[in-house]
Amino acid sequence: MTAVRRLLYLALAVLPALFLPGATRAQEMVETYGQEGAAESLLVRSTTDIAVFGPVVEAFLKTRPGLGVRYEQWGSNELYRLTRADCRNGTEGADIVISSAVHQMVKLVNEACAFSHVSRLTERLPDALRWRDELWGITREPAVIVYNRELVPPGDIPQTRFDLLDLLRPSGTPYAGRVATYDIEESGLGYLFAFADAQEASTFGALQESFGRTRAVSTCCSADIIEGVAEGQYLIAYNVLGSYAQGYELKDERIGIVLPSDYTLVLSRALMIPKQAANKEAAEQFLDFLLSSEGTLALRNALLISPLLETEEGNEGEALSSTALRPIGLSPALLVALDALTRETFLRRWRATFPGP
Amino acid sequence: MADFYSRLAATSLTARVALGVAFLLVFGGVIVSIAAFAYGREAARSAYDRLLLGAATGIASAITVQDGKPVIELPMSAFELLALAPEDRIGYRIMGPEGETLTGYDEIVLPSNRRDLRDGFFDGTFFGEPARFAVVSRRFAERTLNGTVNVVVGQTLIARNDMAYDITRKALYVLAASGLAMLLLAAVVVRSVLKPLETIAGGLAARDPHDLTPVDTAVPRETAVMINALNGFMARLDRQMNSMRHLISDTAHQLRTPVAALRAQADLFSDEQDLSRKEKIVERIQTRTASLGRLLDQMLSQALVIHRGDSVRREKVDLRDIALDVFEAGDHAVLNPEFDVLLEIGETPVLVLADEPSLKEALKNLLGNAVRYGQSPVRIGASLTGGRAGIWVEDSGKGPGDEVLADLGARFNKGTLSRQASSGLGLAIAHSVALAFGGELVLERTASGRFRAALLFAAAEEAAA
Repeated sequence: MTAVRRLLYLALAVLPALFLPGATRAQEMVETYGQEGAAESLLVRSTTDIAVFGPVVEAFLKTRPGLGVRYEQWGSNELYRLTRADCRNGTEGADIVISSAVHQMVKLVNEACAFSHVSRLTERLPDALRWRDELWGITREPAVIVYNRELVPPGDIPQTRFDLLDLLRPSGTPYAGRVATYDIEESGLGYLFAFADAQEASTFGALQESFGRTRAVSTCCSADIIEGVAEGQYLIAYNVLGSYAQGYELKDERIGIVLPSDYTLVLSRALMIPKQAANKEAAEQFLDFLLSSEGTLALRNALLISPLLETEEGNEGEALSSTALRPIGLSPALLVALDALTRETFLRRWRATFPGP
Repeated sequence: MADFYSRLAATSLTARVALGVAFLLVFGGVIVSIAAFAYGREAARSAYDRLLLGAATGIASAITVQDGKPVIELPMSAFELLALAPEDRIGYRIMGPEGETLTGYDEIVLPSNRRDLRDGFFDGTFFGEPARFAVVSRRFAERTLNGTVNVVVGQTLIARNDMAYDITRKALYVLAASGLAMLLLAAVVVRSVLKPLETIAGGLAARDPHDLTPVDTAVPRETAVMINALNGFMARLDRQMNSMRHLISDTAHQLRTPVAALRAQADLFSDEQDLSRKEKIVERIQTRTASLGRLLDQMLSQALVIHRGDSVRREKVDLRDIALDVFEAGDHAVLNPEFDVLLEIGETPVLVLADEPSLKEALKNLLGNAVRYGQSPVRIGASLTGGRAGIWVEDSGKGPGDEVLADLGARFNKGTLSRQASSGLGLAIAHSVALAFGGELVLERTASGRFRAALLFAAAEEAAA
């Protein structure tokens, strides 16, 4: 092989990395669990915050000594692009992908990127939390309204979307410019919630219009939004992931949580094993662990299976009748959410509401 | 192998019917299964094709035109329709007027051959899995957009195959149930069919061994054949037993007189002192024993004829051969050497279905009678007259008187002929032979005034020889 040729190969190998936008971005955070230099390793790529999911991984490693887990935290859109690129190029990527943007996961499975696994535990999952035995819903997290307990008077606390609409209606309302929600272009989860809202009820159109009129803020990331509410920068945040909100509520008394009683979206983070996974055996064990009673307990402790949804506990009377819970099921119908033209049309309407900073 | 065949022949009727029904069920089952599977596939195909078409139409009707560009917000309902096949992957592609992809999977390619696109459907693959696609076209004739937008919607085949298998499985359940019902029904039918046989067998088993009366023929038509054969057999047995009884009593009866005479002569002989008279007595004893010997011969031949008449298979016999054989045997010469015996046979064969030794015996007796009681010359011959084959003996005398002839006829009918003297026994033998082979014994005077004894039978077809 000549030197020129070798250069050419090198250039070919490097070029995509330089020009593909998704490939150049790195993960947000990395953590490794288990013994140093363990013989076996498992690569988990997830959108869940390391701090939240770490204890679950540690619980798993207790049942599986000798395994090292590398946990990478990604933004949902980047994770989708990376996993899809791995699938299409046939490169060996993560052993497990967990994302809250389940529509992206459905699309990956639809494109035959996933590995099929059946066990006693996966079979026990309800149909809505299992698709093709290639995608599984492992958590239960409501989309909630978060408010600042100190700044929002008890009479103003919105119990439903209609309450929120009423709060924003008067001209000169104190909530103008102080309501926050996800930037749905940045956050896959935000887009999914907005899209599900649009499918669920006509309220969303009115809400969107109100958000636009009162110059509501759209921003990235659950943690930022909740912190903003706690600090008083925002008074109310709409469609925040309940697990993060509750985690914050436990540390910070200023945070209040409402499950909208007209309907509450319930998200199950989706887990898939990419078909190129190097360590499928460990991946399957991890999945079965998450579905087992120990795994479920660990997820509950991490608030990923939300206690807010459990009616027995009564949680300040905020428990909802089960009819108001709208789980976002793992169904091929979610493909609509990711359709390029549909997304474009949806985003165009969104941009009209939030003209940007 | 022979063992197998004999076992096969002895297989019970129930087993035969069971075997037949089992074969029918297996054979029919295979055919029905194939048909059910084909039907199931077709049903699943048309059901899910409609789903695809519905979804594609839904998507196509959601296309609008804005600023000269087709704009689409995919209707959730279309995808929820497709999600009715919950495990199947969904592929779709919307193509603009220039054939460019507006949205969806570029991987889906329309078949280049127009013929593969039957009724707007085609088979293809989606990410390596076989799939079925529907194509719906929508024409736009706007100021800003003129052309056709094609919507292709496809799905993998898991739900279709599941449904096809499900339909097949249900059809097979029905088949199995009806098969079971058929088996039960067959068992009941076999039992009811075999019932008459069991009744007959029971009746026969309970019968007295000497009871040879016919069995009641009020049985199903198919078994009547067997019953009739059985009745025929029993009748034959009865006849044979009767003749046997007659033979034994006749024999005893006929032997008693000559034996008694012999004993009387012997007594006379021992009492007689005169030598010349003694010699006469010896002479008489000799004649008596000779005629006793003849009588025994005749009785044996009658027994033979009766036996053969019922038991021996009929064969084609040329009556000319019989006449010739009897003529050549020359028994008559021993009996009465002064008699002239002439043989009269023609060129054409005279065929009957009968038993050769019986016929010979009968003819021999008739010839014996003629030589003994008739007048020389005696003719013996075989001829074919009016479709009836006859073998006859003719002597030149007038024969017995009319009364005797009429009397003979009556006694043939009564079956008492054999009790008479040896001439009667000879006629009785001829009569038995005639009866045994479906013919008759005719005693008559010919036109030329001679006495003729003839055995007449139905002539056999020569061609069948």
